[in-house]
Amino acid sequence: MDFDLSEEQRLLKESVDGLLADAYDFDARKKYMKEKGGWSKALWGKLAEQGLLGLPFAEIDGGFGAGAVETMIVMEALGKALVVEPYLATVVVAGGFLRHGGSAEQKAKYIPGIIDGSKTFGFAQLEKNSRYDLFDVVTTAKKKGDAYVIDGEKFVVLNGENADTLIVTARTKGGQRDKTGIGVFLVPADAKGVTRKGYPTQDGLHAADITFTNVEVGADAAIGDPENGLPLIERVADEARTALCAEAVGAMDESLKETVEYIKTRKQFGVAIGSFQSLQHRAADMFVALEQARSMSMFATMASDFDDAKERASAVAAAKVQVGKSLKFVGQQSIQLHGGIGMTMEAKIGHYFKRLTMIENTLGDTDYHLRRVSEGGGLLA
Amino acid sequence: MDLAFTKEEIAFREEVREFFKNNVPPETRRKLQEGRHLSKDEMVTWWRILNKKGWGVTHWPKEYGGTGWSTVQHYIFNEELQSYPAPQPLAFGVSMVGPVIYTFGNEKQKKEYLPRIANVDDWWCQGFSEPGSGSDLASLKTKAERKGDKWIINGQKTWTTLAQHADMIFCLCRTDPAAKKQMGISFIVFSMKSKGVTVRPIQTIDGGHEVNEVFFDDVEVPYENLIGEENKGWDYAKFLLGNERTGIARVGVSKERLRRIRALASKVEAGGRPVIEDPAFREKLTACEIELKALELTQLRVVADEGKHGKGKPNPASSVLKIKGSEIQQTTTELLMEIIGPFAAPYDEHGDAGSNESMDWTAQIAPSYFNNRKVSIYGGSNEIQRNIISKAVLGL
Repeated sequence: MDFDLSEEQRLLKESVDGLLADAYDFDARKKYMKEKGGWSKALWGKLAEQGLLGLPFAEIDGGFGAGAVETMIVMEALGKALVVEPYLATVVVAGGFLRHGGSAEQKAKYIPGIIDGSKTFGFAQLEKNSRYDLFDVVTTAKKKGDAYVIDGEKFVVLNGENADTLIVTARTKGGQRDKTGIGVFLVPADAKGVTRKGYPTQDGLHAADITFTNVEVGADAAIGDPENGLPLIERVADEARTALCAEAVGAMDESLKETVEYIKTRKQFGVAIGSFQSLQHRAADMFVALEQARSMSMFATMASDFDDAKERASAVAAAKVQVGKSLKFVGQQSIQLHGGIGMTMEAKIGHYFKRLTMIENTLGDTDYHLRRVSEGGGLLA
Repeated sequence: MDLAFTKEEIAFREEVREFFKNNVPPETRRKLQEGRHLSKDEMVTWWRILNKKGWGVTHWPKEYGGTGWSTVQHYIFNEELQSYPAPQPLAFGVSMVGPVIYTFGNEKQKKEYLPRIANVDDWWCQGFSEPGSGSDLASLKTKAERKGDKWIINGQKTWTTLAQHADMIFCLCRTDPAAKKQMGISFIVFSMKSKGVTVRPIQTIDGGHEVNEVFFDDVEVPYENLIGEENKGWDYAKFLLGNERTGIARVGVSKERLRRIRALASKVEAGGRPVIEDPAFREKLTACEIELKALELTQLRVVADEGKHGKGKPNPASSVLKIKGSEIQQTTTELLMEIIGPFAAPYDEHGDAGSNESMDWTAQIAPSYFNNRKVSIYGGSNEIQRNIISKAVLGL
């Protein structure tokens, strides 16, 4: 048992924290959000230069062969700095599909573009009625000779508007809620029949609703088994949830710091409001919530190496439950303790709250994952 | 980062489990599982079994009978002990006064008291709280006046746990009334059989008798029963309370209870199906299991940290363990109440001290729920823990 980072991991943490401390204060963030597409190509280039975009890929594919702990370190740092660039969609999700399911050709074709920062991705999964069930898919991929023809609508695809390539879940067989018959396809975003309607999200990111009309892709577009893609989708989704947990811990950590700093300096009735016990106890409860979330973020990170898919899924779902509860408390109380200033767009604290809120509703909210763990027989079983 | 135990640690866990399986008296285990109180004999018998094995005072220095285990081994031992379950060592002797004596006592005191603590030849109780001194402990009034080679002690202690069994008491007494409140306190130990000591039981809301009032009326105590220096007692008390937080999360206790809840909820029916099949109940139970997993990992992080930096000062993060640990313990007793619903009502006036075989297992569930309200009050109430976090961690 060991909670320490290795020497290399410590150096990674220093370097990513250092980079973001220099390049990603609140004003810089606002500037990046105004750039075309809503994020900074230059900053993305810096992440590439430091090797952060290549971390999880095998050395043979040009990456660094890093593991889940390294992703946790990076995501926590991105959460602290409220980074809007598409790391999750590109490195974690698309990278995950390619690493776990990609053929040698697919890896050779797509991974170098991720690592050097020239290409980004979007994960087109959510449908009008699927909510959080990854297997609930109406979009179809019909076989036509050697090709597939994709038809359907996908919603709130993060980075969907800017992505060069979309990773699309689509049904090759069966009905809406069948667990088999789902495939995962690489679709060029500029393919004929792809229509994207982009928009900003509540938390300062960008997403798109995407319509696929008779979109034809080759057989080589399928990642893994086109008739049984769900295990792969679940595995990658678990990695994405784990990454989101780490991002939330980073954002909560910083929210608590900002809040404590604020109540130490804000004066009312002639004293710092942090001298009032009701506020001190609230802050203490925020610390408790944060530490519980941090523990479960580590638990999920460790679990991604579990071979047993059920055990892994249950650990990650449990982490999402704890993080979801904690982030709601820390997020809401950060605003409360800031008072009126916390309500303004101008203060940073509200932006943490908004990002945290959206994290809860990404890839399954607290109730959804609680139900999953509960139906799976609990956590002690 | 690696949350798995090493091969050696797993082997150690097996050794501990095996020992409990072969040595904890089954009746003792059953009573604990059902939330009943144990008799003095049952507890002492078990502690002597532990002591004979060399596990009576595991965390003491080796020269006084300790094991020299790593912090992880201590963690595993406590976790297994709590979740088997078997009675935990008597904290007042083993975790409280013992470490004070071997750290601040003189050679004669170490020789005289330590082996008797380890074997529970003396049952110790704690004389800290007073009617007017709860969380504000330093306001205590019990007075020890020096007369020649004796102390004359007058005053009253309260919430004295299991004083009805006690042979010895360690007591915070005011020895310099003129000094500022923390400065004039001394740490004095003496026999509960001394003339002028009166123990009066306090019945708690569960109907049980765990705590007492203890009155001192001109109690004569040899001067040499002072531990450490005169008027330094507050420092020793702080040291002692720091040790008390070790294991305060009681993860093993809650784990055992959650297993029991799952088992009971699978048996008891409501609405034509086992309670466990009610999604609302099951989700509450699952939520509690998740909180406990998080707490277990938080505890392991604190343990790993202590292993690295040495125990020294109490880790303020241990206040998280106290707050969450007590909340979870209370939730588990609430879940048990939910399972039995209206059958929680019957009250057995004779309590659970005897071996009333006819008493249904449900009889202890409501008392245990009532009794567990104490866990967020004792050992530094959860409000005090929040004060500690806000001052020592957040700098407020």
